[in-house]
Amino acid sequence: MLNKYPLWKNLLIVAVLGIGLLYASPNLYRPDPAVQISGESSGTQISAREIDKITAALTAADIDHFGAEADTTGKSGLVRLRHADDQLHAQKLIQRALGDGYVVALNMASNTPDWLSGLGAGAMKLGLDLSGGVHFLLEVDTDAAIATRLEHYSTGIKKKLREERIRGFVRLGEQGIIRGKFSSEENRDKALSVIRKEYTELTAQRVSAPEGEEAFYLEALLSETKRKEIEDYAVGQNLTTLRNRVNELGVSEPLVQRQGRNRIVVELPGIQDTAEAKRILGKTANLEFRLEARYDAEPSDREQFNFRNPGRGEPNAWLEREVVITGERVANAQASFDENGMPQVSITLDSEGGALMHRVTRHNINRRLGVLFIERKSRTRYETNAAGEEQVVRVPYDEKKIISLATIRDALGVQFRITGLDAPGEATELALLLRAGALAAPIDFVEERTVGPSLGAENISKGLLSVQIGLAAVALFMLVYYRVFGIIAVVALAFNIVLLVGAMSLLGATLTLPGIAGIVLTVGMAVDANVLIFSRIREEIAEGASPQHAINAGYGRAFVTIMDANITTLLVAVILYAVGTGPVRGFAVTLSLGIVTSMFTAIMGTRAIVNLIYGRRRVSKLAI
Amino acid sequence: MSEEKKFIRFMSARKVAAAFSLAAVLASILLIAVKGLNFGLDFTGGTLIEVIYEESVPLQEVRNTLETNGFESAIVVNFGSDTDVLVRLPQGLSPTLGEQVLSALRADSPYDVELRRIEFVGPQVGEELREQGGLAVLLALIVVLIYVAMRFQMKFAFGAVLALAHDVVITLGVFSLVGWDFDLTVLAAVLAVIGYSLNDSIVVADRIRENLRGMRGYSPVDIVNISLTDTLGRTLVTSGTTLMVLVALALVGGEMIHSFALALLVGVGVGTYSSVFIVASLLVAMKISPEDLVVPEKEGAELDELP
Repeated sequence: MLNKYPLWKNLLIVAVLGIGLLYASPNLYRPDPAVQISGESSGTQISAREIDKITAALTAADIDHFGAEADTTGKSGLVRLRHADDQLHAQKLIQRALGDGYVVALNMASNTPDWLSGLGAGAMKLGLDLSGGVHFLLEVDTDAAIATRLEHYSTGIKKKLREERIRGFVRLGEQGIIRGKFSSEENRDKALSVIRKEYTELTAQRVSAPEGEEAFYLEALLSETKRKEIEDYAVGQNLTTLRNRVNELGVSEPLVQRQGRNRIVVELPGIQDTAEAKRILGKTANLEFRLEARYDAEPSDREQFNFRNPGRGEPNAWLEREVVITGERVANAQASFDENGMPQVSITLDSEGGALMHRVTRHNINRRLGVLFIERKSRTRYETNAAGEEQVVRVPYDEKKIISLATIRDALGVQFRITGLDAPGEATELALLLRAGALAAPIDFVEERTVGPSLGAENISKGLLSVQIGLAAVALFMLVYYRVFGIIAVVALAFNIVLLVGAMSLLGATLTLPGIAGIVLTVGMAVDANVLIFSRIREEIAEGASPQHAINAGYGRAFVTIMDANITTLLVAVILYAVGTGPVRGFAVTLSLGIVTSMFTAIMGTRAIVNLIYGRRRVSKLAI
Repeated sequence: MSEEKKFIRFMSARKVAAAFSLAAVLASILLIAVKGLNFGLDFTGGTLIEVIYEESVPLQEVRNTLETNGFESAIVVNFGSDTDVLVRLPQGLSPTLGEQVLSALRADSPYDVELRRIEFVGPQVGEELREQGGLAVLLALIVVLIYVAMRFQMKFAFGAVLALAHDVVITLGVFSLVGWDFDLTVLAAVLAVIGYSLNDSIVVADRIRENLRGMRGYSPVDIVNISLTDTLGRTLVTSGTTLMVLVALALVGGEMIHSFALALLVGVGVGTYSSVFIVASLLVAMKISPEDLVVPEKEGAELDELP
């Protein structure tokens, strides 16, 4: 018999290897250390003027640089450096040359050719343990968010019952249960129907009075789905806020992601100053609601503010100095449509905020109410101290801008809306700003990992070295032990690594230090399939089978074993991925991808080569 | 297969192996219970700061600096080299501790102090990671039990899972004995050991199943012996290549991956031994026979035969 693969199988193998090589290749183009600039507000354009300033500053300081350019959208600009050591120095120089209003971030500029990027190919992302940077795990205090909301319901119910003239006693008890006590059954039932009608998100029911008490009770509590909704909302709101703030930090590829029920992961590659990062992440933006100043108001009672997005008409407006309410009173803000299909933003305040808003607005109908968005920013100054050293001085200041100025049509309460918006996009943005400015549920830092850049670089070089040594040792052993078949196995092993790297790059998986360990382990274990096959072939030959028959039987009989062994390992890797976080996940990813690619190269790949060498002719002896 | 097959009588050593394994497992459990594992920061929570001094400094000086700054509970050790200093602080302190320690060290040192890493893990996170880790190991064992029972047979599943538990316990025992740091990467390594050792056990079990079905005229014990002899070459080669890369990883992979490589080295070593002696011995002890594979419906009744 002859061992021959049908043409389609050979083509398939060549195609898979070709694609693997293609997508693995971007990893060969080392990125250049670079500095990226962008405007602090989205309106700022990066033009040739800014680029000239940058190159002038770098040239003056004798820093080797090249390829400075603004990107086609004009949103950002980039300058590449020859030496990574210059990066921090260059960042400072550029920040200084451009002044405030620009975000200057460290970056690694990709050198992947355009035709490769066009195919969606790119280098593997490096985990923080390899690139250096900060990892934060933040926990959102969702209990606090639920407590606030319950408080708001409880006051709301009290007020409603008073309005409906139902006498009773309502209070917020333990475990988030709102309890009502009434002197008559009739009042209790009336209250119950009011609550059920007005507060559909609460589940209210009658409960029997304690022994020997002449009263009628009811209990209302948040349904589980509503609770979850509030939690999701609190986490989502914090996510948005954190994303905005991270952008402010000027990190090239930040990650802000929800993890589990109430946690948020923030990863900032390249950031070294954790104190600064924490300050910015933990700060509270805020809102102020103020009435527009009357024309005849005393100058000491009014203040002028610019609009955040000066669109139509006026660039600024005069508001009263007195603040009606602040962002802490805002419970929710959502973009929606009014009855005429026009975009609007619905705002929900807490009960105290509602009362304050009501008191002020009922006497000021037809005046305009402004919303100020307050961000804490800092200006950078350079001073020379007594010792003649230059020092960077950061002066924090509050930037207040108007995000909405709308006419009051009616006395406002706990719930009101801002209408007269031009586009749904405007409503969405306004709602986002309102939420970002409102005090989100409190967050705590529960985990923090900072990896310095030198440790990251060292981890990469040590990891690569161990892959090389491991690969060399295994290759040498296989060559000595299996001769020609050993060479075939080593070729397959090399392709296995190419496929693994290609698959990781294509899937956008992140390479971590345990991930490199996973690759090393894959190198050790990937030969297992070949060892199984080759031992079988040797056994067949020992039992007197012809070489062609031995090859066929060896591959055939080893296949089941390899499948069973690899599927069970894959199951364990999947469990590892499911329960693991961060670096451990990186290990699970490389391990499972490695199992899949190694099965392909070790079974189909080696078979194709074996067939090419031995398949088409009479063979009397196998070099195995 | 007319001629008499040559094979090594592994199973004659099975009583000795069983006694040895039992002793090792009991000793490991005792060690873990009494001495405990040297849990790393991931599981205990707390703060860890690694810095590199330009020149090597006496650790006592670093300790003094920290004490005068109010960090009495700090543990200070060298990490990898004598310029590399690791400071560990217990939990219950604020998240900004890392920066405070760093600036204290910088203020007090005549040399340049370079930050390598800061890690802070809150107490609740540490506790969760411990629970998740234990859960992951249990889950892995259960999934393996189900898969092997489906693909092979209940006796094989018991053998494989007991062998895995044996490997995990002994690996943890070695960690407890030597006092190596047990962190998240070691947990990942333990799960990888499960995967690896299972791979080994499956290969052996697969050959036993094949020979039980295909060979006539041998006792089940001899069939197990023959199967072990058949797969011995493969077992040694694969373990050998895997150990080779692990040694490379342990020697040059760097400090952050060191415990991980050690855990795998121990685990793969124990795993190789267990796939030869534990899985096979258990199958013999459970009186595996060709009938087990012919009528798989009878599985329920066989549980009683456990020793």
